[in-house]
Amino acid sequence: MMRSRLSVQRLAALFLLGCVLFNYPLLAIFGRGGQLFGMPALYVWLMGSWLVLIALMAWVLERRKD
Amino acid sequence: MLQSWVIVLASFVYLGILFAIAWHGDRRADAGRSLIANPVVYALSLGVYCTTWTFYGSVGRAAANGVGFLPIYLGPTLLFALAGFLLVKIIRIAKANRITSIADFVASRYGKSQMLGGLVTVIAVVGVIPYIALQLKAVSNSFTILLHYPEIIMPAKTGAVPLFQDSALYVALILGAFTILFGTRHLDATERHEGMVAAIAFESVVKLAAFLAVGIFVVWGIHGGVADVFAKAAASDSARRLASADFSGNWGSWGSLVFLAFFAALLLPRQFQIAVVENVNEDHLRRAIWMFPLYLFLINIFVLPVALAGLMHFPTGVDADTFVLTLPMAHQQEALALLVFIGGLSAATGMVIVETIALSTMVCNDLVMPVLLRWKALGLAERADLSGLLLEIRRWAIALVLVLGYLYFRVAGEAYALVAIGLISFAAVAQFAPAVIGGLFWTGGTRIGALAGLSAGFAVWLYTLLLPSFAKSGWLPEGFMTHGIFGIDLLRPQQLFGLTGLDEITHCLLWSLLANIGAYIGVSLLRAPDAREARQASFFVGGDAAGLPGWRGQAGVQQLLPLTARFLGQEKAQEAFARHARQRGLAGIDALPGDADLVHFAETLLAGAIGSASARVMVASVVEEEPLGLNEVMNILDEASQVRAYSRELEAKSRELEQATAELRAANARLTELDRMKDDFISTVTHELRTPLTSIRAFSEMLLDDPKADLAERKRFLGIIVGETERLTRLINQILDLAKLESGRAEWTVAAVDVVEVIREAVDSLTALYAEKKVVLELDLPVEDLFVLADRDRLMQVLINLLSNAVKFAPTVGGCVKVGAGGTAAVVRVSIDDNGPGIVAADREMIFEKFRQVTGDAGVLTAKPQGTGLGLPISRQIVEYFGGRLWVESEPGQGARFVFTLPRREGDNAQK
Repeated sequence: MMRSRLSVQRLAALFLLGCVLFNYPLLAIFGRGGQLFGMPALYVWLMGSWLVLIALMAWVLERRKD
Repeated sequence: MLQSWVIVLASFVYLGILFAIAWHGDRRADAGRSLIANPVVYALSLGVYCTTWTFYGSVGRAAANGVGFLPIYLGPTLLFALAGFLLVKIIRIAKANRITSIADFVASRYGKSQMLGGLVTVIAVVGVIPYIALQLKAVSNSFTILLHYPEIIMPAKTGAVPLFQDSALYVALILGAFTILFGTRHLDATERHEGMVAAIAFESVVKLAAFLAVGIFVVWGIHGGVADVFAKAAASDSARRLASADFSGNWGSWGSLVFLAFFAALLLPRQFQIAVVENVNEDHLRRAIWMFPLYLFLINIFVLPVALAGLMHFPTGVDADTFVLTLPMAHQQEALALLVFIGGLSAATGMVIVETIALSTMVCNDLVMPVLLRWKALGLAERADLSGLLLEIRRWAIALVLVLGYLYFRVAGEAYALVAIGLISFAAVAQFAPAVIGGLFWTGGTRIGALAGLSAGFAVWLYTLLLPSFAKSGWLPEGFMTHGIFGIDLLRPQQLFGLTGLDEITHCLLWSLLANIGAYIGVSLLRAPDAREARQASFFVGGDAAGLPGWRGQAGVQQLLPLTARFLGQEKAQEAFARHARQRGLAGIDALPGDADLVHFAETLLAGAIGSASARVMVASVVEEEPLGLNEVMNILDEASQVRAYSRELEAKSRELEQATAELRAANARLTELDRMKDDFISTVTHELRTPLTSIRAFSEMLLDDPKADLAERKRFLGIIVGETERLTRLINQILDLAKLESGRAEWTVAAVDVVEVIREAVDSLTALYAEKKVVLELDLPVEDLFVLADRDRLMQVLINLLSNAVKFAPTVGGCVKVGAGGTAAVVRVSIDDNGPGIVAADREMIFEKFRQVTGDAGVLTAKPQGTGLGLPISRQIVEYFGGRLWVESEPGQGARFVFTLPRREGDNAQK
């Protein structure tokens, strides 16, 4: 699999992005309270960034070779 | 209507369906049409990560501290972002080494140490027991609650229930029996269970569907959408804290949970089993990398809304771990409640089946069999077929794990929520991380280092997490927790060395990994890896075992011959082995002893076909008695041939490149030379033109300056001027002619020409010149015609050129020029001899260059011309154009002979 070294590197970059998205201090910023779309901001942030990360992973692996 | 028989019947029907799927999956696998050779099935089977912990426990966790349930799913998401090289690497190593469990993996990495395999097995069994207990607790609780429908009554404390009325016991028994029937029906050498994987993938669909059904019902059935749930919760007393407030946990423990889950998704025995051992094709990982996180996302999407709705509906008195079930029950959704129960059952069975099968394989292969095989009295080592015994051991191992799980549930199950129990197990398997990850990327790790690290980490885990869980349930004295072991305050299990302010998981993780990593690295560095460790390390870290000490193992012809035959073909391999046997003076192939020499011979034989590194790996597989499957063989072969193809291409390309470079260099040199020649030519030509011009100008000026010059003088001057002008015209004509010839733009009228006739004509036209110079011209011409294909006028030009040259150099007294012609069948040969001064050897080629001439007397080159210096070069051009040659034969003082040949026109004799 992983024929392209580039894909692996992109995924590793997404791993680093995820480490930032899902940890202190970013979470602390959203964890101070406040609402987004009628929901706690932290919850919206976590679910939203999680979905975006998954979408990026899918994009890296599934798009047609350029 | 939800009587107990309905629930029990539904459960057994569901288990029956699982059986059918597994049976079908196995049958398809046997038929070679695998049901699970599909990335989606692979991704779904990875969903075994979601157990009742997820199904029931997440809501409970969310009800307690909001988004605190999420790290358990964010960790695996991060892991799968790294799967592209981490998991792929492990899968490749596992496949190439026929690794069947995490214990096998660790043992194999550190020199195939049985002690290490045993230790990993013990840690895995002990560590996973709380996790099994969690499943039992969840299923028995959900069963008990559902049984009381329509009332919602929390199960009584387990400790208060007599053993034989405890539903958890029966759940354990049924799950145990089911797993034994399911997982140990037959023995598979590869430890792969296609049917099981198919069933697990199906279970993943069921639990996801059940959970989404509850979520949709709660959000849109009971409330008016997600925003509505949050809005109502913000207004309710019991749920306000969650709906509006900030995250109450601390970020340190959040991070440690992400870390734990990251490794759990890789190192839990069942995750290793599904992700690595049961992986059919590593290409499936490509899709699973994003599908598995997506699965986790979907199964968590309704957790917080359900928790909020539960808190609003049951402010007190109902365990939040049961909201998923009790909410539909409270709204009289019998079918949905039953579906939820089945969903929970599927989450539990999936986990228990895979986990216990994985553990039983480890217990059997890494714990029991090594002991039994060493126990000489049993004589097991001599038995040919051990498969029955192996199955028996595995069945007992499954039963043992479930019994231990049940006991843990009885002892400690009530003290914790579902998620807290699971985290104890996560912390245990995290102890494998240093040995596994270190082993993959650091060649220096040794067997004793891994042993020390694992032991230290495990001991700290026992002391800071498992024993306290007993103490909290009252099975160990209270003083153990508050005052530490032996009353030493510094050793309080959850405030080790006085460290406070951490939750118990983070606390345990910190100390256990500190001890683990410290011991692993420190002890590893005590000594260099031995040869066996180094070989395995090099294989695990670098992916090959080349360049290391030679073979110590042995393998017989019966292993090596088929291996070689796979690559060389049966006939060739047989022949080579027979030759080898003859060389060693043996009767035949069968007489070859299985020694290192034979192994070496086979390796060398293979190396010729697939490269030395691959050959070594191939031979290693039989020498270590691990026959490779066709897939690995094909992969290695594929890679080897690809590499060879690439290197061949590369060679060809570099050869082409070198050739092109050489050609370019030659072309460049030729261009430089031509450029220089052009410059020379121009300077020579201008010089040649200047000489007659100077002469013309000088005489014209003399005529102009001296009007009184007498007539004879004037006539002489004018004669010279006319002569020089003629010479100038001739020179320019010849230069133009030469330029035309050289550029290939000259016009040729090629026809059959009789050379003899042309010679006569040329001689006739020059008779006057010869007479004037008093040079005798002798002709020696054959009687027959000599036909060539040529342009008549050009041929005439050559002859006149050569004849006028000859007369120029003939001595003024007694000058004689002879013209001869003759020919062979192929060529016509014409020669013109003079009796002039001759040409020294060094100049014989020089005279054919432009503007080079020899003087009449000295026979040396001079720039002082008598002619234009272009006659010979033009003549040579013409002769060569017709495919002939022009050269000179001469000795100084002996005269010169100019000869040219032309190819004879074919068949002209016949025409004549």
